[in-house]
Amino acid sequence: MSQSPQPSQAGATEAAPAGFAARAASIVSERPTLALTGILAVLVLVTGLIEPNYLSVSGARNTLLQAAPLGILAGAQTILMLTGGIDLSVTMVATGSAYVAANQSPEGAVIAILLGIVVGLAVGSANGVGVAVFRVNPLIMTLAMSGILLGLFTAWAQTILQGSTQMGPFIKLIGGGSFLGNRIPYSVVVWALIAGGLIWLLRRTGWGRLLYAIGDNEIAVRLAGVRVWQVRITAYIVAGVLGSISGILLGGRTGAVDLQLANAFLLPSVAAAVIGGTSIFGGVGGYAGTILGALILSVLNSMLTFLNVGQAIQQVVYGTIVLALAWGYAGLTRRA
Amino acid sequence: MSESQPLLATVKVAKSYGPVAALQEVDFAVRRGEVHALLGANGAGKSTLVKILAGVHPADAGELHVDGRPMRIHAPVDAISVGIATVFQDPALIPDLTVKQNLQLSEIEEAAFTHWISWFDLEDLDTDSLVRELPLETLRMVDLARALAREPQVLLLDEITAALTADQAERVFSLLTQWREQGRAAVLITHRLAEVRRICDRATILRDGRNVALFEPNADTAAADGSSTGTMQDVEEHELVEAMLGEEVSDSAAIRAPGPQSAQQRETPSSPQEISFAAQGLSSGDVVRDISFELHRGEILGLVALEGQGQERLFSLLSGDRRPSSGDILVGGSQRRWTAPYDAVGDGVVLIPGDRLLTLLPNLPVRQNLVVPLFSRIRQWLRIPADERQRVMNAIDRLSIDTRAASQVRRLSGGNQQKVAIGRWLVAGFRTLLCFDPTRGIDVQTKREIYALLRELAASGAAILLYTSELAEIQLVCDRVLIMHDGRIVDEQDAAHATESSLLTAAHGLEVLA
Repeated sequence: MSQSPQPSQAGATEAAPAGFAARAASIVSERPTLALTGILAVLVLVTGLIEPNYLSVSGARNTLLQAAPLGILAGAQTILMLTGGIDLSVTMVATGSAYVAANQSPEGAVIAILLGIVVGLAVGSANGVGVAVFRVNPLIMTLAMSGILLGLFTAWAQTILQGSTQMGPFIKLIGGGSFLGNRIPYSVVVWALIAGGLIWLLRRTGWGRLLYAIGDNEIAVRLAGVRVWQVRITAYIVAGVLGSISGILLGGRTGAVDLQLANAFLLPSVAAAVIGGTSIFGGVGGYAGTILGALILSVLNSMLTFLNVGQAIQQVVYGTIVLALAWGYAGLTRRA
Repeated sequence: MSESQPLLATVKVAKSYGPVAALQEVDFAVRRGEVHALLGANGAGKSTLVKILAGVHPADAGELHVDGRPMRIHAPVDAISVGIATVFQDPALIPDLTVKQNLQLSEIEEAAFTHWISWFDLEDLDTDSLVRELPLETLRMVDLARALAREPQVLLLDEITAALTADQAERVFSLLTQWREQGRAAVLITHRLAEVRRICDRATILRDGRNVALFEPNADTAAADGSSTGTMQDVEEHELVEAMLGEEVSDSAAIRAPGPQSAQQRETPSSPQEISFAAQGLSSGDVVRDISFELHRGEILGLVALEGQGQERLFSLLSGDRRPSSGDILVGGSQRRWTAPYDAVGDGVVLIPGDRLLTLLPNLPVRQNLVVPLFSRIRQWLRIPADERQRVMNAIDRLSIDTRAASQVRRLSGGNQQKVAIGRWLVAGFRTLLCFDPTRGIDVQTKREIYALLRELAASGAAILLYTSELAEIQLVCDRVLIMHDGRIVDEQDAAHATESSLLTAAHGLEVLA
């Protein structure tokens, strides 16, 4: 759609600031997916140098097993960040859903999974109503929700949710098992289906178009005759359900569930989306980048594990990455 | 400081935004004691040049000279320190602070500001009120008074009169006259050529990012009738327009396709009397009072008012953005109760607001901007119409939107942005179009395209309500015209016979003598 009638001039102005940094910056801004794939490949190779066994089927499987729940959580953040929102309760939703699913596992896998997802539906609806109808700032709304959920589940763990904290065999299989000679984890299949669905939603549906539009200028969308609150509420509900699915997969992988299950994933879930190029301010980004972001963080996690770096240092690394990227992307948008 | 030395000059200044070259080798010079008009079609680079002079954007190449000496202006503070003060098209004030706090932020002495604000007859302004609660025209005066309080040598005014009432504009003109007498300089960017002829001394014309003409009438002829008027009065408006467009201008009356005699000829498929949209006794507080009118299919109904007569509020009532305190809106004869634009759009009543920022997605591509209304109902959410791309292409073609910078709408020129704002309703379709000052701050060429489009839409059966601040548009585009004063409709005139003077008289709330 954008044709440049004066290519010579455009070329001349761009060639002027040559040099590696400028060229790298232009690749990142024009072909972000390519740049991210390159970074991922370098990280995999470096990790392979540190631990040669990593470059194997089981190494890849372990990375994907880690990446799947993270990628799904980051999908929730991607959708909300596109609208200019965020969900800080998504890891509590994941934990709560896993807890409910474990508790209901004796009733059978279907009921356990469905009731687990009900947690995400309920919390997502509450977040959505708070943000869209009562105009509570998304950070405040979801942070408060996270606190409320932690309190509720702590209390319920002693009362109505007393009983099993073990996932049933089917959920364990989905969350941690693999097929084709132990090569492909089931959770990656779940992730792939969700990824396909999300990419379709964002690129090929009106709802997806509206998410981007609301993130860019909510008033313009309202004047176009859209009920913005409807879009926001559905976005928070979808995010809640994604949180639930991620939590159930995570619980299935670990087998037993406690109230700290998904805690460590909050910052990485935002980081994966930011690495993938989704703007915290809304309107810019997509899920393909987030997938790469989740894979990069998972490889990084393996690398840090091989280097015997503890959890504490890993959090420092994630935080630094988010800061550095937010700064870097801000610089790129100024340049453009 | 010799007389021949320009006070402010650019030498071969260039600036590109991505692939779009906004300015190329622009030479522009302002002398002491002159009011210099900077003219050009939209996208010609006027605003870019102002931003470079004001230090908002650095130039890619070229030099800036102040009093003959090369100067580096990299930030707004640099421009202020060499005596350049700017009033931008959008007031550069922080909405959530009070006027006083804004002044403190920009280190302006309140006494100097008060001097100027009372010079503009706004001594009643409460400097403790929040900026976002003040009307646009007041903010422009606040912005101007703030610029003047800096005691600049050069004043850059970007479309200063666009939002002002007639008497405020007069005050600005007498200020500029005084400015000239003091040996300072002003640069005036405007689309109102009558203003240019009246108060400017010279005019530089930009076209496609280059300075293509300098109008420099002989100063001696004008000196005869005193120094209160500029010398540009010797230049005919059509000469300026030709220079801006770079082509011979056809008679502007030719736009009015149907012509005055063709009122019956313009028979729409349905009966010409079919009422599409009506207001009955519509009121909102004491801002809009008891307004009734009928809007027919195939008709363009004009609305004329001085600034601040309740027209903004009226449009927000008519578009469902705000609920009236009393009165009814009827669509196709049945009474409607709207709670949001959602409902109005559902009834085919759509708004093109006066402020383009309210209707654009600045960081998204043209295409994403145009399709938003296609998805206003939940049942439209899970698919994209198969002809989406085709509809977008049709709208872009029909409006001839320049898509060179289509990846982000904020990079488009003002005129192209306005086309995008209109385009989203071409894509989605509508029955009643509420158009609020669609040609404000837009170049001659685009204005004409918009008039022609409105006539075309009416001819195909749309009903259009057009508020405009340019009285000349009424005869050109409208069939009938309503005049609003102090929240009420005070007069209705036949557009073909509505002169600027009859409209202005009525708009001031005075009786029009036949």
